[in-house]
Amino acid sequence: MKPLKLIGLAFGASLALSTAALAQDITIAVAGPMTGSEAAFGRQLKNGAEQAIADFNAAGGVLGKKLALFVGDDACDPKQARSIAEKVASAGMPFVAGHFCSSSSIPASEAYADGNVLQITPASTNPLFTERKLWNVLRVCGRDDQQGIVAADYILKNFKGKNVAILNDKTTYGKGLADETKKALNKAGFQEKMFESYNKDEKDFNAIASRLKRDNIDLVYIGGYHQQAGAILRQMRAQGMKTVMMSGDSMNDKEFASITGPLAEGTLFTFGPDPRNKPTAKAIVEKFKAKGIDPEGYTLYTYAAMQLWLDAVKQAGTTDPQKVMKVIKAGTWDTVLGKLAFDEKGDIKAIDYVVYKWDDKGNYAEIQPGKGT
Amino acid sequence: MDYFLQQLINGIVLGSIYGLIAIGYTMVYGIVGMINFAHGDIFMIGGFIALITFLILISIGLTVVPVILLIVLLVSMAVTALYGWSVERIAYRPLRQSFRLAPMLSAIGMSFVLSNFSQVAQGARVKPVPPIITGGYTLHESDAGFAVQLSNVQIVVVVTTIVLLAIFTWLVARTRFGRDMRACEQDQTMAALLGVDVDRTISMTFVIGAALAAVAGVMYLLYYGLVDFFMGFLAGIKAFTAAVLGGIGSLPGAMLGGLAIGLIETLWSAYFSVEYKDVAAFSILIIVLIFLPTGLLGRPEVEKV
Repeated sequence: MKPLKLIGLAFGASLALSTAALAQDITIAVAGPMTGSEAAFGRQLKNGAEQAIADFNAAGGVLGKKLALFVGDDACDPKQARSIAEKVASAGMPFVAGHFCSSSSIPASEAYADGNVLQITPASTNPLFTERKLWNVLRVCGRDDQQGIVAADYILKNFKGKNVAILNDKTTYGKGLADETKKALNKAGFQEKMFESYNKDEKDFNAIASRLKRDNIDLVYIGGYHQQAGAILRQMRAQGMKTVMMSGDSMNDKEFASITGPLAEGTLFTFGPDPRNKPTAKAIVEKFKAKGIDPEGYTLYTYAAMQLWLDAVKQAGTTDPQKVMKVIKAGTWDTVLGKLAFDEKGDIKAIDYVVYKWDDKGNYAEIQPGKGT
Repeated sequence: MDYFLQQLINGIVLGSIYGLIAIGYTMVYGIVGMINFAHGDIFMIGGFIALITFLILISIGLTVVPVILLIVLLVSMAVTALYGWSVERIAYRPLRQSFRLAPMLSAIGMSFVLSNFSQVAQGARVKPVPPIITGGYTLHESDAGFAVQLSNVQIVVVVTTIVLLAIFTWLVARTRFGRDMRACEQDQTMAALLGVDVDRTISMTFVIGAALAAVAGVMYLLYYGLVDFFMGFLAGIKAFTAAVLGGIGSLPGAMLGGLAIGLIETLWSAYFSVEYKDVAAFSILIIVLIFLPTGLLGRPEVEKV
């Protein structure tokens, strides 16, 4: 009997200890590709999350507790994403900001739903993420179908009667984006001249480039990530082609320009209006700049995801994910991205994608829709 | 016709790079009868060394392109050869007398070690360089406005490949070292009895294979302008396929296999759905192996009694 009692005592003590540790901190997670070929975006997510945690802890934390951050690395791999989700759920963390790749966010969301974790993705734009009626998902970014409509709109205005090709990299994100753009174009009676896919792991796209050259393609739309887009652009230019490239939101990273150099000039992509220019983000942008970080791409989106959750927890008075979710969907929230409100599925209500253009110095800027190419 | 010519150029250049890597697989297989699965990653290391050397040369203000190329090539070959030598020494030599699967497993392990080491040491991002060799020629312009473009980089890649292939074929066929290699290939015990230093010959084979992989790495960097820690995997698989297709153990076979894979991939992408190009390449591999089990130029294995 005695040893059993001792074990019971030890068990109880350790339980008490661990709850004591929990009482000090609320650990929340950020998850994304911290390594692997999409690591540039993982860093954006991590930077945004770390800054948000630092700011909220400086302001006294939430519910009288400090916040701690768990960083999960999924390397944009669905299996790793799923295992991170299980880890986060079993550790009892109430909230995750992530993931980046749609192909990670979607399988992970099911594990989060089962494990009672609220998930806000700052970056996954595939419609399916919110289309499965899961109770726990939200996104602070737009959706590919909306992105496709904006891209198609631009193409119809500026490339009417010209040859357009659509390529995709067969990923959930890339194929989804290419499909949505094609759908929007075809709906307006515009037929693309080519619809093809390529392998994400390869670097040789010369055969595709020559094919585009043969068909006199004026604009090639890439449903895929910026690294392959950069390689395709280089190989097109090496073959003496002037084809304009257009892509989606994954082209918002400076890495694209470091791959292409001045060749990036004139390349187009769709993305939300630059959050760095919003008056609501001004103070935070200054903070990032003081640390030597450019809060590009999804950095501020991640910050906003954190902000949204923390404000909702304050209002709800609990971290219970189900209750927090109800509070979020019922309200309108002030974030660095401006005012956000959500529909039943978890998508933001007002969406405004705009078209951006790269210049030859490695910067991009919004262009007025309809104004030349 | 113009379009075909352009795709032919694309295919030959891609095939040359595959061929250069395939030679490393074939040489090692020929002499020790094992597949060096780390070879693709040795190629990746070669690309990284080239990148680092290139950046150093640029930062000290060197701008003469042929000089840069020569230094990059030599440094990359030397350092990568050192990697090849170490890999053989650490992971394969102690296991040479072990059961057949052991060196293969340690080769797969080595492949992980090298790619993860590069990821940790160099970061996961793609490392780009600006185009080093620029310019090219327009060979022919059709009435429809399709211009066949041959860039200087493509010429450099193919010429380097041909020159190196010639040098190494000569090395194996005509020199004393080549004779040692061929002797070890036939019968290591007998070669040792006749005074061939087997260990040294095997080491040198790995060194040469690694140096050729380094050349492929440099060409890859020049041609695509990008390297990353993961590139060895796919390139390695393609090159291994090329080696098998050409007849594993045969030097010209590796080159021929490389060209075949490069051309099949490119021409398939040119005329059919790009999605199925790997399916096409591997289907052809299977068909060839059914009818020619030893590959295009492989010799049937003679049972030693």
